[in-house]
Amino acid sequence: MKRHQWGWLLAGPALIVIAVFFLLPVLAALALSLTDYDLYAIASIHNVRFVGLRNYADLLGNPLFWQALGNTFYFVLVGVPLSLAASLGGAVLVHSKWASCRGLFRTAYFAPSVTTVVAVAVIWRYLLHTRYGLINYALGHVGIAPIDWLGDPHWSMPAIILFAVWKNFGYNLVILLAALGTIPADLYEAADLDGAGAWAQFRLVTVPCIRGTLTFVGILTVAGYFQLFAEPYVMTQGGPAQSTMSVLYLLYDEGFKWWNLGRASAVAFVLFLLMYASALLQARLTREPAA
Amino acid sequence: MRRRCAFAAVPLLLGLIGCGAHRDVVELRFWAMGRESEVLASLMPAFEREHPGIHVRVEQLPWTAAHAKLLTAVAGDSTPDLCQLGNTWVAELADLGALRPLDAYLKVDTAIAAADYFQGIWDTNRVGGTQYGVPWYVDTRLLFYRKDILAAAGYTSVPTDWASFKTLLHKIRAQSQGTRYGILLPLNEYEPMLSLALQSTTPVLKENGTRGNFSNPDFIAAFTYYISLFYEDLAPPVTNSQISNVWDEFGRGYFAFYVTGPWNIGEFRRRLPPALNGQWGTAPLPGPHGLDASIAGGASLAVFKNSAHPREAWALVDYLSRPAVQERFYALTGDLPARRSVWASGSVKDDPLTGAFRDQLERARPVPPVAEWEQIMTELRLMAEHVVRHEYTPAEGALELDRRADRMLAKRRALVLAGQLP
Amino acid sequence: MNSRRLLVNTLLVLTATVTLFPLLWMVSVSLMPAGTAATYPPPLLPGHPTLANYRELWTHAGMARNLLNSLLLASVATMLSLTLNVAAGYAFAKIDFPGRARLAKGLLAALVIPAQVAMLPLFLELKALGLVDTYAGVLVPSLAGIFSIFLVRQAALSIPHELIDAARIDGASEWTIYTRVAVPLMRPMLVTLGVFTFLGSWNDFLWPLIVLNDSERYTLPVALAALSREHVQDNELMMAGSVVTVLPVLALFLVLQRHYLAGLMAGAVKG
Repeated sequence: MKRHQWGWLLAGPALIVIAVFFLLPVLAALALSLTDYDLYAIASIHNVRFVGLRNYADLLGNPLFWQALGNTFYFVLVGVPLSLAASLGGAVLVHSKWASCRGLFRTAYFAPSVTTVVAVAVIWRYLLHTRYGLINYALGHVGIAPIDWLGDPHWSMPAIILFAVWKNFGYNLVILLAALGTIPADLYEAADLDGAGAWAQFRLVTVPCIRGTLTFVGILTVAGYFQLFAEPYVMTQGGPAQSTMSVLYLLYDEGFKWWNLGRASAVAFVLFLLMYASALLQARLTREPAA
Repeated sequence: MRRRCAFAAVPLLLGLIGCGAHRDVVELRFWAMGRESEVLASLMPAFEREHPGIHVRVEQLPWTAAHAKLLTAVAGDSTPDLCQLGNTWVAELADLGALRPLDAYLKVDTAIAAADYFQGIWDTNRVGGTQYGVPWYVDTRLLFYRKDILAAAGYTSVPTDWASFKTLLHKIRAQSQGTRYGILLPLNEYEPMLSLALQSTTPVLKENGTRGNFSNPDFIAAFTYYISLFYEDLAPPVTNSQISNVWDEFGRGYFAFYVTGPWNIGEFRRRLPPALNGQWGTAPLPGPHGLDASIAGGASLAVFKNSAHPREAWALVDYLSRPAVQERFYALTGDLPARRSVWASGSVKDDPLTGAFRDQLERARPVPPVAEWEQIMTELRLMAEHVVRHEYTPAEGALELDRRADRMLAKRRALVLAGQLP
Repeated sequence: MNSRRLLVNTLLVLTATVTLFPLLWMVSVSLMPAGTAATYPPPLLPGHPTLANYRELWTHAGMARNLLNSLLLASVATMLSLTLNVAAGYAFAKIDFPGRARLAKGLLAALVIPAQVAMLPLFLELKALGLVDTYAGVLVPSLAGIFSIFLVRQAALSIPHELIDAARIDGASEWTIYTRVAVPLMRPMLVTLGVFTFLGSWNDFLWPLIVLNDSERYTLPVALAALSREHVQDNELMMAGSVVTVLPVLALFLVLQRHYLAGLMAGAVKG
């Protein structure tokens, strides 16, 4: 058999799967979003009507959509910097020359990332219980009144952010740790000779050297956080007062709870545009400044 | 040569016997929910003895996920043979063309007579002049309460109108120095609010269920009363998952009243500590000016259109509707029978706790039979939560509910106008 | 110097406590008798440890079945996707076939599309194929992935091309080169990818939630979510369910963490 035929044979199955089960549905989603396909349509195809951009217009006029959008942005804009700062701080700590048993700590920090979101969300839902949860119990010992974490609309999203930071801490830490390991030691020695303190060294040596990895981790985290779903699904069911309803949760509700597939497809494309735009923005903002 | 043929014949024979055996046994998939599904396991052996060719596989669905699973099954073509359906869902699934019309079976099967069922309940299964389900058990929502807490406040019975009821709640709260709530109305349940809304004859949907009518003064009055229970600190603004364990908290006296249904008679008996025996009771819901309506709730048995064994499924429906079986079902679950004859003769009439229900059932009112009802009810409870948190006033909330209902009913409106829906 | 060491290590230990505590507490509560966790002050250790919650999971909640489902699906997904992705990744790196460059560019562009866009029509597609509520339906989207293909391509590119050329000159067929030369050289990456895929499939939540309706076919995350919504009151039972869901992958990670972390870091730092 000719060489390029082998090329097609080896790559073919994967490409077919991707074409049939990913690319084809994506195109179909675009078409669906222009119709009012719903349960009536599933019952009888004659109940489908082409509605053009009405789903998108309806979405923009739906206050729940804006709430979901706001919640998602709240989660991303607060959660991502917190996550990155925590992971970077942790990485610097583990990388520090005074740290012992690095491997052990690295494993301990990474463990939560490997777990299923649903399983740990169930644990945290209980840790955050207003009356019987350990977090309020601990806060009580330092004199803070019990907070209704999952029942108060002002505290529900912070609770979920806290949970997400805890869960993703190790994942980003490991990547950043690897990046820290690539910084040549003589840069730090030079900074020491120049009399720079720890914070100055961090700002002027560490951060610029790992800029590429930091951006990469940032983009990954933002993309992941835009897809907030499992945490509110398990912990708050989108509440209280829909304060933890995210865009993906809205998609799930519209699409798989109420079967308004036309409208849900419109939400899916809006989510896609959001993620794409934010990735572009991030790449642009963190571009290397011209020398 | 002959031996080889004989050997060949054996597997062939076995295959034939095997095939024959399989062909004779019909497996029915029966979706049931909650406590009822647990109890069915004990009722099925007797049915299978009567019908040796049928095996029933009961699949248990939790109520919290049942509606979503039903719609998913309809959407994904994986519906069971028959199913226990909440009354309000029968119209929805019928409109989606998922259910098999039962009129033909009812005409032949004289054991199931419409006259023996509570009118309001029987009608919930009737869509566009066709019968799609047979009521299995009924429930409605009313008050479960702590007799001892009421006695401490100087009451021997529950007031029957809204104003006096609120006075009692205030007394209970004051007497406990604010540690006890009068009533638990979980923010993630819509049934209590719906019960109050049904106490007026003005429907919440108008124009053949194609537009919202929440802005009518009767609903706003009911809504305002409901919200006032939160504003005046008589009900805690929590969901039932935040309560951690409703029975324990009722036992601890965290609240004196709880709006729920008859299945909890058995649950309360089972889970409350023995010290509380006789210290709790049931009472009908107070109305604006005296005793009034409540939800025409309960569940029916329906057969799916795609079922491959409709006749066997109907046999099971018939069996479960027999007065003797209904009586036994009541004894096992505490779910109230749907047939009047069972109320008149069975042990249900002797139970002091069910008297209030019998009373309430005669005043039960059905809800508008639209497919989007579950969605609209979700909006109702979400809006109630928004109003409790002072994000809307009751009047603004009702207006917004109308707007949202109109949006949800848009497709139905179009189909009704085009004559594709009755 | 000494105080710095003390400070750093104290902080490290404190952080480890924060990351590990919820997991340890999960195990502790799962061994508590029902109803004892919902008391004030909240207990840290069980007063009377019991395996009753696990027994309940096994006999009434049917979690043994869910565990088997997760194991089965994750294993099959790993095997199948490795087969498809590794072959494709190698082909993209080492076999010059017409259209390769353009295809690669197209696939790279498609990486930005989130999977959720495809989910709704994919459900309808599976419905047409009769695969809704089946194991095959759960497996189908994870059989091949653009990201995985590029990971393998990256690893394959580092195989010295002279080896491939030499084998070709010797008359070996492309298939022999792939199986006898390339795959063995890529083994570390394959183990990493295998672990990634297994973990990803085990932890997958949204798609199995959508596709599966029969609770007998539920994977562990979906079963646990259903349990948590239905048994809101029974915290000890749910913690036991969490333990069952988390422990296998945690064990797998601990055993293979070197490969997993190496792959993670290699992919990230190079990228």
